Amino acid sequence: MALSHLATSSSRSAALLRPLSSSIYLRRPISTDTTPITVETSVPFTSHQCEAPSRSVETNPKELLTFFRDMALMRRMEIAADSLYKAKLIRGFCHLYDGQEAVAVGMEAAITKKDCIITAYRDHCTFVGRGGTLLEVFSELMGRQAGCSRGKGGSMHFYKKDSNFYGGHGIVGAQVPLGCGLAFAQKYSKDENVTFALYGDGAANQGQLFEALNISALWDLPAILVCENNHYGMGTAEWRAAKSPAYYKRGDYVPGLKVDGMDALAVKQACKFAKEHALKNGPIILEMDTYRYHGHSMSDPGSTYRTRDEISGVRQRSVIQLKE
Amino acid sequence: MAAIFQGVGAAAALSSSPSNSFDSKKLLFSPRRSFSVKKGASVVVVRSDGNVNLDLNPRGRRAQQLIANAVATKADSSATSSSSKPGHELLLFEALREGLEEEMERDPSVCVMGEDVGHYGGSYKVTKGLATKFGDLRVLDTPIAENSFTGMGIGAAMTGLRPVVEGMNMGFLLLAFNQISNNCGMLHYTSGGQFTIPIVIRGPGGVGRQLGAEHSQRLESYFQSIPGIQMVACSTPYNAKGLMKAAIRSENPVILFEHVLLYNLKERIPDEDYICNLEEAEMVRPGEHVTILTYSRMRYHVMQAAKTLVNKGYDPEVIDIRSLKPFDLYTIGNSVKKTHRVLIVEECMRTGGIGASLTAAINENFLDYLDAPIMCLSSQDVPTPYAGTLEEWTVVQPAQIVTAVEQLCH
Repeated sequence: MALSHLATSSSRSAALLRPLSSSIYLRRPISTDTTPITVETSVPFTSHQCEAPSRSVETNPKELLTFFRDMALMRRMEIAADSLYKAKLIRGFCHLYDGQEAVAVGMEAAITKKDCIITAYRDHCTFVGRGGTLLEVFSELMGRQAGCSRGKGGSMHFYKKDSNFYGGHGIVGAQVPLGCGLAFAQKYSKDENVTFALYGDGAANQGQLFEALNISALWDLPAILVCENNHYGMGTAEWRAAKSPAYYKRGDYVPGLKVDGMDALAVKQACKFAKEHALKNGPIILEMDTYRYHGHSMSDPGSTYRTRDEISGVRQRSVIQLKE
Repeated sequence: MAAIFQGVGAAAALSSSPSNSFDSKKLLFSPRRSFSVKKGASVVVVRSDGNVNLDLNPRGRRAQQLIANAVATKADSSATSSSSKPGHELLLFEALREGLEEEMERDPSVCVMGEDVGHYGGSYKVTKGLATKFGDLRVLDTPIAENSFTGMGIGAAMTGLRPVVEGMNMGFLLLAFNQISNNCGMLHYTSGGQFTIPIVIRGPGGVGRQLGAEHSQRLESYFQSIPGIQMVACSTPYNAKGLMKAAIRSENPVILFEHVLLYNLKERIPDEDYICNLEEAEMVRPGEHVTILTYSRMRYHVMQAAKTLVNKGYDPEVIDIRSLKPFDLYTIGNSVKKTHRVLIVEECMRTGGIGASLTAAINENFLDYLDAPIMCLSSQDVPTPYAGTLEEWTVVQPAQIVTAVEQLCH
């Protein structure tokens, strides 16, 4: 089932069917099949002040299966967290990432654990992408010692130092200067790694973002600012919050790229491109066009500011179904 | 050795401007080691070993030798003759620079970031020459963006770098309050101990000379509640260098409060490497009658008042608390147990200042040892005026300290 969907949705040529069908005879199962495949992203990249990368992405069946597994895991994890929250086992704030999994998974595929990632409070899946275990996630969410922050941080404060995951921050936008500081440290130590500082469309209007971007551009820091644009800053739609919702262009002198955030392969291609760019030319902004199915947090039903149709419409082009 | 007098002399010199305190003129000492003998008040004896002692004219109370400068933490002995004194003389801002420079040499992960710290040399010359010596990557001129460059310093510290972030004036760090409170103070905790933030945030604060309300802020009162940070205030070249070095070496985030008016204090400090304990208070002048707790610039107003008090027959014990968070309750407690009376003299506002917290801490811990309620002299709860005469009266003056002690001890 999965195989044929893979073939029909992602390939244009029938040639692909042959290696896949041959693997049905179990000479090489998909999970270890590293035959390179080239896939075209469904949506082209839009660029600002730079050359967009090619739409053809190199991948292989093993990687695609990993994408599917990881994204499905993240999706189930977030839904489980939803149930636990409603059962009052998780308290306080709980911001769920379902719908946006492709960003986390695609990014991981393009980088190493030596590159740093820092994000805001919607961090459960990013943490898992960095190598966090489900036990650490759920323990932390439920305030137990086995949690990644020993139960002291909570949903918004997941960190994993050994894989360079710097959190996990509650105050909107404050993680971006931190991220540029990480990039500064990388430049200081000359270790040829980059930092991905993630923020949302709501945080894109924070002044400190532009301050940090200015300094990063001035000092040529290997900082990649990734705007996970899920089109809502809590309850406020982006067109009501930003005069210019073209977040990838707001860096002005800093190049930017708009990416279909629901397509893990497009995300992978963009992050690979961004890493090369940042190491040579300094900061770049990536705007991931994505969507969250839940509300802003568990206390937000997510239906007062958007219609059911919109949500189900986006589910049509769901990230996981695409992979299927 | 003669630091306190030097300091007082300097402070007195600093404060002698036309519209200012009449007290300073009475106590102005121009040459370093000779003092005008007042009518029956006091005689100064300069020893060959360099110790300066102030002999009290016995007026029926006590005629005890009083060591003018008894800094408990200073280890160097007074055995050498005055002609070949150990150590070298410098100004407070130079002492800060020396401490910073030595630490930057010692540890390549120490870097400085701030406005005009690099090519300009620092607005108070604390970082002068460091950019030429260590390069632009280690002494970084930032744009005027306190929130983000403090955040960047904290982010860099998370990876193990040891940035020293300078606020050109402490007041500007209010713009970085979120970063200092939520990230600097709390990340060690919220990450379950995974990250330490070995950052030093420093800068001049306090009331200067008619700098206006926004540039005369005392941020120690705003920052003191932030969990996870340490705060220290330097007041002499000796402790400035020592505290700077200790702060850089510390794994905790430390905020080092300097004072705009103290940068030109001169003192002789040891040549060898030394640090000051970040959590220790400094015994400036041991005494028996009353404990006066102070820090930063007010130390000098207190010492000035101490002279008058000593003439009037009182024996104040003066402690420079140095560590604003946490308080050195050990030294303070021992003093309270000895004198049973406490006067706090600070430059913070009355409401919610360091003195308010210290009063609460002493009351909680040492109430049984107190013979009188704690008196706290602080600045007025007003924005600092521009006019010099008005500004002078918002800050505690030596005359007020003398009156307070008399009231406390009557």
